[in-house]
Amino acid sequence: MIRFLFKGIIRDKSRSLLPVIVVALGVFLTVFMSGYLEGVFKDITDLNAKFTTGHVKILTRAYAENEDQLPIDLSLFDVKNLISQLRADYPDMEWVERIHTGGLLDVPDSLGETRGQGQTLGTAVDLLSPETGEVERMNIQKSLVKGSLPAKHGEALISDDFAERFGVLPGDKVTLFGSTMYGSMMFQTFQVSGTLRFGNSLLDRGAIFMDIRDAQTALDMEDAASEILGYFKNGIYDDIKAQQIENSFNARYNIEGDEFSPVMSRLIEAEGLGDYLKLADSAGGMMASIFILAMSIVLWNTGLLGGLRRYSEFGIRLALGEEKKHIYITTIYEAVLIGIIGSVIGTAFGLGAAYYLQAHGLDLSGMMDNVGMMMPSVFRAEVTPSLFYIGFFPGVVATVLGSLLAGLAIYKRQTSRLFHELEV
Amino acid sequence: MNWKFKTILSNAQIIKNILTIYKMKRLIFLIILPLCLMSFREPDADLILDKVDKNISSKNKVFESEMIIHGRRASRTITSRTYSVGNKQSFTEYLTPARDKGTKMLKLEKQLWIYSPSTDRIIQISGHMLRQSVMGSDLSYEDMMDDRKLTEIYSAKVTGNETIDSRDCYVLELTSKVTDAAYYSQKIWIDVERYVPLKQEMFARSGQLLKRTTLSDVQQVQGRWFPMKAVYKDVLKDGSGTEFILMSVKFDQDIPDHIFTKAALKQ
Repeated sequence: MIRFLFKGIIRDKSRSLLPVIVVALGVFLTVFMSGYLEGVFKDITDLNAKFTTGHVKILTRAYAENEDQLPIDLSLFDVKNLISQLRADYPDMEWVERIHTGGLLDVPDSLGETRGQGQTLGTAVDLLSPETGEVERMNIQKSLVKGSLPAKHGEALISDDFAERFGVLPGDKVTLFGSTMYGSMMFQTFQVSGTLRFGNSLLDRGAIFMDIRDAQTALDMEDAASEILGYFKNGIYDDIKAQQIENSFNARYNIEGDEFSPVMSRLIEAEGLGDYLKLADSAGGMMASIFILAMSIVLWNTGLLGGLRRYSEFGIRLALGEEKKHIYITTIYEAVLIGIIGSVIGTAFGLGAAYYLQAHGLDLSGMMDNVGMMMPSVFRAEVTPSLFYIGFFPGVVATVLGSLLAGLAIYKRQTSRLFHELEV
Repeated sequence: MNWKFKTILSNAQIIKNILTIYKMKRLIFLIILPLCLMSFREPDADLILDKVDKNISSKNKVFESEMIIHGRRASRTITSRTYSVGNKQSFTEYLTPARDKGTKMLKLEKQLWIYSPSTDRIIQISGHMLRQSVMGSDLSYEDMMDDRKLTEIYSAKVTGNETIDSRDCYVLELTSKVTDAAYYSQKIWIDVERYVPLKQEMFARSGQLLKRTTLSDVQQVQGRWFPMKAVYKDVLKDGSGTEFILMSVKFDQDIPDHIFTKAALKQ
């Protein structure tokens, strides 16, 4: 019977074309939008995890309260000891120290006086120890526009935008001017080894990346750091494990009443990010639900139109003695076939479009000039295994649901009036 | 009869004398009354500010100071020597601690340069960076640079009298009459006898309190009253404020012109 129905669908295009297009379009949108949202949310959380939040993050409580001001005077002390303890206690994670500081980046002229100057966000990571994986984690190598990575102390990377604005080339010197951990004036001259563009407007405006040991010397932060970040070794955030680590760490180290005792927080607890993650988790489900509801209504109407158009056909079949139940069931089978065909087409196109956006991305950098949050300027979709089925089942279910509702009209036909109707 | 006449004449003279005295008294009363009334009138705010400026401002001054910065974690002390001419020129050399020793700041008009001996660089500070804290203190570069007379920057009105540390004070409200004032308005408590400020509150245009300064240890230096200690508190910042103590101050000195040149920064 399935073969018979399939032939009917293929041969009578007026019966199947519109429902297939509607289902394919709905499935396409579901698959594509799910892939796009998943990709964007993943990029946002990844970017934040790599640059600011880690999978877990350790700060002093006082620093955490004023984190947006980058208060290096409230930084963690005794960092080496704390990190070695963390490595022993939580071997599934990688632990790195970082320093963030604000200041001015000053470009000297030949006489050593100010030629150009701009505000900067200084980030200090372990650039000279490959085993920490910081260069890969922050995608520094791939973000190099000119020059090379720092090879020795005293070298730093600056944002390409800043370098272009002030005509700074690799090999030139720049001076970072700010405050030390104890409030003294800090002047540190670096040789620019290369320029970077991350594709993130916040970082690309005027950042300097330096080695953490250089920063510790310049900022008078011997064995101190703004924060310690922890990353799962497989690179994937696991909230249950992260919560266990957070609970055990805070129970051990966080001392009530001591504002300088270390306190751990999870990625999901970072301001705003938790909501994003929840939204990302539910994006697929939301899309499928909206799709099923909307498509069912559309396909119900399509089924009703089809039922009206096939009014005579159903009448003849009833007149020939076919049972209403059998006609209803064959209509449902037809709907299943149409749903499968439409879903396959929609999924294929949706995956294709998502893959295209995964490879090429959507450059929204022009709209990111005043964005205060760490967001990628190129939005990319992500093709995940769930995209292969996320639109498929809703596509079939919506078609069947539409047919179930529309097909009820078959039972309203009165056999006694059939021949009178067919005379027309 | 003669005696009687004399007596009558004498009485008339007495009455005349009494009337003369009465007239004189009335005249004196009429002269004194407005003076008394004047003394009960609200004091002239501009006059008060002018007297304050005469105490605080000078052609030039040379001083050594100690700045004690109370942070959330620890306190630290910075000493420096400053030469300033009016509000146009200022040169400061940091003397201690070792990390800051040799750091120099030069202000000419509205420009500020800082010299760092560790990098042998002269960096010019401009724009909104001037509102940043100096050495982690509660003072901004702008606070240190803006040394204009109060009468040049603010229009004032007296709003009352209060007592600070057992000293009677006029309370004045100052509102900026120039566009480049560091603070839009101030409330200032002026010692009634010595005409020195004992307390200041600085506000933004929105009315938000930004800083509070208390001044004390008022001493007479070269014939003028001068507060030798000030405690600055940036109310938007954590910490217990910054103490600024003048260890010595000399007014109207002969300061060589070369001090106020960029060449002096590297010397």
